Amino acid sequence: MSPAILLLLALGLGLAGWLAARARAWTFRRESANGRLASLPTYHAWYVALWIVLPVLVFVALWGAIAPGLVSQSVLADPAAADLPVFGFERQTILNEARAVATGAAPAVFNPQAAALVEPYRDALSHYNLIGIAVTVLIAFLGGAYAFLRLRPDFAARTKVERIVMSILLGASLVAILTTIGILASLIFETVRFFGMVSPIDFLFGTHWGPDPMANPDNPDPSRYGAVPLFWGTLFIGAIIAMIVAIPLGLMSAIYLTQYANPRLRKWIKPALEILAGVPTVVYGYFAALTIAPAIRDIALKLGVTNPSTESALAAGLVMGVMIIPFVSSMADDSITAVPQAMRDGSLAMGATTSETIRRVLVPAALPGIVAGIMLAISRAIGETMIVVMAASTAANLSANPLDRMTTVTVQIVKMLTGEGSFDHPATLSAFALGFVLFLVTLGLNFIALSVVKRYREAYD
Amino acid sequence: MTVVHDNLEPTEAKMSATDVSVFYGDKKAIDSVSIDIPTEYVTAFIGPSGCGKSTFLRTLNRMNDTIPTARVEGMIELDGQDIYRSGMDVVQLRARVGMVFQKPNPFPKSIYDNIAYGPKIHGLAEGKDELDAIVEKSLKRAGLWEEVKDRLQDSGTALSGGQQQRLCIARAIAVDPEVILMDEPCSALDPIATAKIEELIAELNGRYAIVIVTHSMQQAARVSQRTAFFHLGKMVEYGRTSDIFTNPHEKRTQDYITGRYG
Repeated sequence: MSPAILLLLALGLGLAGWLAARARAWTFRRESANGRLASLPTYHAWYVALWIVLPVLVFVALWGAIAPGLVSQSVLADPAAADLPVFGFERQTILNEARAVATGAAPAVFNPQAAALVEPYRDALSHYNLIGIAVTVLIAFLGGAYAFLRLRPDFAARTKVERIVMSILLGASLVAILTTIGILASLIFETVRFFGMVSPIDFLFGTHWGPDPMANPDNPDPSRYGAVPLFWGTLFIGAIIAMIVAIPLGLMSAIYLTQYANPRLRKWIKPALEILAGVPTVVYGYFAALTIAPAIRDIALKLGVTNPSTESALAAGLVMGVMIIPFVSSMADDSITAVPQAMRDGSLAMGATTSETIRRVLVPAALPGIVAGIMLAISRAIGETMIVVMAASTAANLSANPLDRMTTVTVQIVKMLTGEGSFDHPATLSAFALGFVLFLVTLGLNFIALSVVKRYREAYD
Repeated sequence: MTVVHDNLEPTEAKMSATDVSVFYGDKKAIDSVSIDIPTEYVTAFIGPSGCGKSTFLRTLNRMNDTIPTARVEGMIELDGQDIYRSGMDVVQLRARVGMVFQKPNPFPKSIYDNIAYGPKIHGLAEGKDELDAIVEKSLKRAGLWEEVKDRLQDSGTALSGGQQQRLCIARAIAVDPEVILMDEPCSALDPIATAKIEELIAELNGRYAIVIVTHSMQQAARVSQRTAFFHLGKMVEYGRTSDIFTNPHEKRTQDYITGRYG
């Protein structure tokens, strides 16, 4: 017995309510003088069905959260639980074992103490299951009866359903916001733990990165937790090299596609460009590591650079730039297309050429969309991991030379979380601090972009 | 088949169209129209919706070039030079033949930059002072200077509809054109703003050859001295405005101006 069964029960009851309400509405319709109702019978049906299903859903969600607690409380009240260890891990293991046997998930107990608890567990589970079903049915009946009794020929079920639908939609949009808040909360929690071990000043301003997951966790060496090389690597690869590639190419292709390409060519090129966005980043990583990086090294050798590395920030940045061209170009394309034809006509009628019109009228008017696309591209580039791992190495290095190995924040997050350190080791926890900083930086970028756009946009409406 | 009144004084034609037909794909939108546009008068094109008067207007500065399927046949001359000849500089043509659109379309820039746009791209001003002078002169001619002189850096789109349209006229004037084409310039404006534009047209008359397309027969009667009546892609009748409205030679013209259709 589980929430799934309660949900099925709710849907069944909802269907019954739906059919009953529709039948009821049809009788209204037959009895009324002109055969008209304030709302169609289906709206009456949906009104009743929603009144049955939604309260039950709320109850099931709450019940799912509190029922396990109630069950274990009643088990612990059993005399057989009296001689359990009072605290900690062992007590929990025994309880879990007993429950697994009681629900049939495990064949037999390992710990003899758990054996005595299986029976109380079984009793408690069936007891609370019965309560759950009873309350579900009760709630469904109360909700259904309340709604059903309100049905009248002139009942405005249509507007009521509209309002319920609106609140469902509101709930759906809240999910995303609440998830963001949840993510942030968990990040902050672990970040605070990390900053309790390593000072934020060492972390934010130190220039050497090399956490040792095997070192004594109680006494971390703060000089190994300087994240500046990571921030620099992220910025250099994601926001500088990649953008030098992506912004001009993306913008120019958007301008070509919207202003010069004939429709038949556009129909081919635009989807082809958007395919780039669908290539898995691992594949880009291969390309960067096996083709671009060696090529860059060969060119560097020919130019007289001594001992260039096979892994370089340049290789990762270039490929990353190509990867995000579609983000820049498709947003720019959309916003240039959205500039009213009247603007274009006005400029052309002044005797401007197409390229003058683009430069002086269309791009300024489309700027908000273009900047939004660039911001999206930067966030995407900053968050990219795979290409960097494969083409720019995982070694932190503070250098302005694009031919050097470099690494980024996201790469180190992966490395620290999958490393050998225990979960509460500062090296592992540093991943959360890095994630938190990344989150703040992306948030800040978006915020700045929004205010820049608001300030400088040339609004045409 | 076009009736041209024979009592017209001889004038020097600024622009003249000879047997002009316009096609959108296979559809013929204008059927062999011939007309002279005089410098010293305002010429009005009237006719019911879809009669082709706007299409014809847009052939005069080759704005139809921006529509991929449009094709123009026949000859249109500006000062005796065919504007559709190969090697014609369309950019120069549009600087000489300016246009004002149906819906005011100021650029989303400051009032100053809206006016300065044309002079800048055509290199008409050397230095900021000259540009300032052009902006001031154009706004004065368009009768907008007094209203906006203290807020030249405000956005052009923040003005009222009538002010926006006068801004667009000022923008067209700023490149010192010889002809100004107006495509129903008052159809999106209220009566007071319309009256102001009409006054402005009267003031500009003589300095520029003006062609105005209008839905409103009263407006044609008020602002123009020459009127051409279009119907189903053909120019039906052309003559003095006063004659067209009081003594039309064609029955279709008479039906239209007496409100029987359109």
